[in-house]
Amino acid sequence: MWELHSDKILNLIKEGKRIDGRALNDYRKVSIQRNAFQNAEGSARVLLGETDVIVGVKFSIGEPYPDMQDEGTILVGAELLPLASPTFESGPPDEVSIELARVVDRGIRESKAIDFKKLCIKEGEHVFMVFIDLYAINYDGNLFDACSLGALASLLDAKIPKQEDGKIIKGEYDGKLKLSRKPLLSTFAKIGTTMVLDPSLAEEKAMTSRFSIATTEDDMISALQKGEKGSLTAQDVSDSIETAIIKTKELRKLL
Amino acid sequence: MTTKEEKEKKKEKEEKKTYVNKKGLRLDGRTIDQLREIKIMAGVLPRANGSAYIEWGQNKILASVHGPREAIPRHTANPYKAIVRFDYRMATFSVPERKNPKPGRRDIEISKVCGEALEKAIFLEQYPNTAIDVWVEVLDSNAGSRVASLTAAAVAVADAGIPMRDLISSVAVGRIDGTIVLDLNKDEEDAPDAVDMPLGILPNTKEIVLLQMDGLMKKEEFDKAFELGIQGCMQVYQKQIEALKKKYSLEENIVKGEQNE
Repeated sequence: MWELHSDKILNLIKEGKRIDGRALNDYRKVSIQRNAFQNAEGSARVLLGETDVIVGVKFSIGEPYPDMQDEGTILVGAELLPLASPTFESGPPDEVSIELARVVDRGIRESKAIDFKKLCIKEGEHVFMVFIDLYAINYDGNLFDACSLGALASLLDAKIPKQEDGKIIKGEYDGKLKLSRKPLLSTFAKIGTTMVLDPSLAEEKAMTSRFSIATTEDDMISALQKGEKGSLTAQDVSDSIETAIIKTKELRKLL
Repeated sequence: MTTKEEKEKKKEKEEKKTYVNKKGLRLDGRTIDQLREIKIMAGVLPRANGSAYIEWGQNKILASVHGPREAIPRHTANPYKAIVRFDYRMATFSVPERKNPKPGRRDIEISKVCGEALEKAIFLEQYPNTAIDVWVEVLDSNAGSRVASLTAAAVAVADAGIPMRDLISSVAVGRIDGTIVLDLNKDEEDAPDAVDMPLGILPNTKEIVLLQMDGLMKKEEFDKAFELGIQGCMQVYQKQIEALKKKYSLEENIVKGEQNE
């Protein structure tokens, strides 16, 4: 069935049209529900068209890495729940989920939005580890951007738990996590010879390459990732980066 | 002296490190657009269908190709084309602190992006229902092991005699201390403002099959880095051609044949 869709999508793209009537550089309708879950330190539910993801942030205290004694860290995990798609299976994270989590992680980490030194409680002993867990609830394409948007929204709201001697005091908080930048991913699909923003599931089935770009509000690039089995031209890459910088500004207004 | 003072002194020293000096030379004496020394040998593993060994600076990597062979388990097979299974692994002793031999999240991601890159280069449709297995073992590493692995893997696939659109030539570019440089080594990768951007292309069409980046940079810096990366890939391409020519050159084989007699 997807092949039939793919043919139609490919033919439409040649005329510069998309199957759902969007312009090539348009996002689907975005809605963000913030602080959706009381037990999480920060959380958000993001709808990107019919793609539905939930992101939850939890803090825990751990030992610092041996080479970064005075820094905490973030850890991003992605759970592609079987309820989100008939193609997702339960079990440990597969390569698709690992790539998703690592790209979202890099976008945030490399933007230096979070000062890891401020997550240090006692040098060499206790640091905060910020777990950002991405849950796919319904998969209709472009989990990357939905998860990145959810992660940023959750982090913006995240409360830092109170702690004493390296132990978290449950239910008490000590201010909010500070973010110095707002990194967001923009993902493009290459269909035929055209790059389209925010591919739906049907479009992902027709794409040959995927290209994700993390940008910040001060027009910096913090991560890039080319995926899938096709290739990109230098022009594709350059144009997509410029579009990403412009389009994420619109998304940031929703936060 | 207390440890704290020592640490601060050490930090100061690190901050003073000049990654690119006034003459435009880097910590290891290279210019900003110079690759580390690269040696590639094709056909090093007798039991594999194709193989390659690469020494790229201090990186030492073996790549082997088995197949096209029957794709097992059968449900993984594609009736229209071959599948590529790329496995990037690091030996336990290939990094300063012993690595757990179990593949981590980084290894799995690298395997995925490198495998996808290779698919573009191979005429997969000639081998339906089969698998082409590419096993890469990093024996020693010093930054840039994924691009070295992909470069070696492309040579190994060619050595296996599998028809290809093109080789894949790959290199990392980046920024250290405000300067865009080619082929970062480990010391440079650890610079405070370092940006690392692995790039892989089909050298004859300049199509991009691998592109990743982490770090923080402007679009203008990206453009500059990208251009330098393409140049670097073309230099790597020459080394790949040399390696393949050397294995299949008439002279070399005649000499070998005489020795065997």
